[in-house]
Amino acid sequence: MNITATLIGQSIAFFVFVLFVMKYVWPPLIVALDERKKTIADGLAAAEKGKHEQELAEKAAEKHIKEAKDQAAEILAQAQKRATEIVEEAKIDAREEANGIKNAATAEIDQEVNRAKEHLRQQVASLTISGAGKILKREIDEKAHSDIVDDLIAQI
Amino acid sequence: MAGDSLTSGQYIQHHLQNMVFGKLPEDVVGEELCNGVIVEQAGWQLASCAAEAKAMGFWSYHVDSLGWSVGLALIFFFAFRHVAKNVTTGVPGGFQNFVEMIIDFVNDSVRGSFSGKNDIVAPLALTIFAWVFLMNFMDLIPVDWLPMLAQQIGAAFGADPHHVYFKVVPSTDPNVTFGMALGVFWLMLYYSIKIKGFGGFFGELAFQPFGKLGMPANLVLEGVSLISKPVSLALRLFGNMYAGETIFILIALMYGGSLLIGTFGGLLQLGWAIFHILIITLQAFIFMTLTIVYLDMAHTDH
Repeated sequence: MNITATLIGQSIAFFVFVLFVMKYVWPPLIVALDERKKTIADGLAAAEKGKHEQELAEKAAEKHIKEAKDQAAEILAQAQKRATEIVEEAKIDAREEANGIKNAATAEIDQEVNRAKEHLRQQVASLTISGAGKILKREIDEKAHSDIVDDLIAQI
Repeated sequence: MAGDSLTSGQYIQHHLQNMVFGKLPEDVVGEELCNGVIVEQAGWQLASCAAEAKAMGFWSYHVDSLGWSVGLALIFFFAFRHVAKNVTTGVPGGFQNFVEMIIDFVNDSVRGSFSGKNDIVAPLALTIFAWVFLMNFMDLIPVDWLPMLAQQIGAAFGADPHHVYFKVVPSTDPNVTFGMALGVFWLMLYYSIKIKGFGGFFGELAFQPFGKLGMPANLVLEGVSLISKPVSLALRLFGNMYAGETIFILIALMYGGSLLIGTFGGLLQLGWAIFHILIITLQAFIFMTLTIVYLDMAHTDH
């Protein structure tokens, strides 16, 4: 318990160890700690940035989807309109064609009727003539009276 | 117990005596020493009892205190140096984690209490914290183990085991605590004068708190407050550890009693050791924090 030169020895050891720690122990450790702190801070910042970017990307994707939907709807509307148009056109065409066919048929019928009439007329005429001829054969020269017969035919 | 022939008082005294290496004075030549050896010439040797240690005077060394304190400091230094060399900024391993925890703790303490800029303060604080903690930690080793080992070794070298003294807790030696406190004190004085100049430092001592006219009173007051810093630093640590050590020794005395008393002593030792874990850490922390605060005061004008 006496105060001895131990005190001086301890003081010297104290300074030596403080110097050693200051030189060889503290700096590398504190540098490493600071570096790790920086790495962690950077990592957190990067994560934050990534999150932000993801949000942006999500927003962009949402926008794209919305645009695509709008476009699709527009295309659909156009297609429906076009379909209606086509149907209308088809209806008009069909009607026109039907009319054409009807007209052609009517014309043909008329023609047939005329032809039949003509035929009938000729047959009647020839029948008439042949009848008249049979009657007249005995009395009239066919050639001499043909103008009268023709006149009759025209009147039928 | 150190020896069956010892009384309780002798046992305690034996435990509180350092192993002292010093030079015996000339006037003991021809006399018989405590261990029965007749002194033929005054030379450097280990003291064999307290009276001889006292006769050796100031220029003697407590081999055990110095040995343990330097040894523990070396353990601390090489353990931390090992980590510092292999330090990784990636995921730290087990021991590096532990070291980083201490470094962070010390660094936070320094940042919290020290406002100036000085690269020595943080390593100083770390050294003090770790070193004082390790020195205090020796208190938790049962009081008889290492002294008995030392006695066996001493006996192997031909010494009388009863006159081999061995104190294993360096911080129960006032020389050690004062040695460190004075180290801090020199740093305080050095930085006070370096930062504020000699005049500034003297002014701080002489012109407060009563102004220039009250200079003598100021000098006395501020002088006492200045001197009290290292003294309180050293005595606080010494007192706590010495008291703790003494209680361990007293508890150890109970092992010499009956089985019941011995068992009770075992429980007491366990309880006191658990409580002491708190004390040794707290004392290391207080020594470190006060050092930081004192150095902060040395760096700032007030």
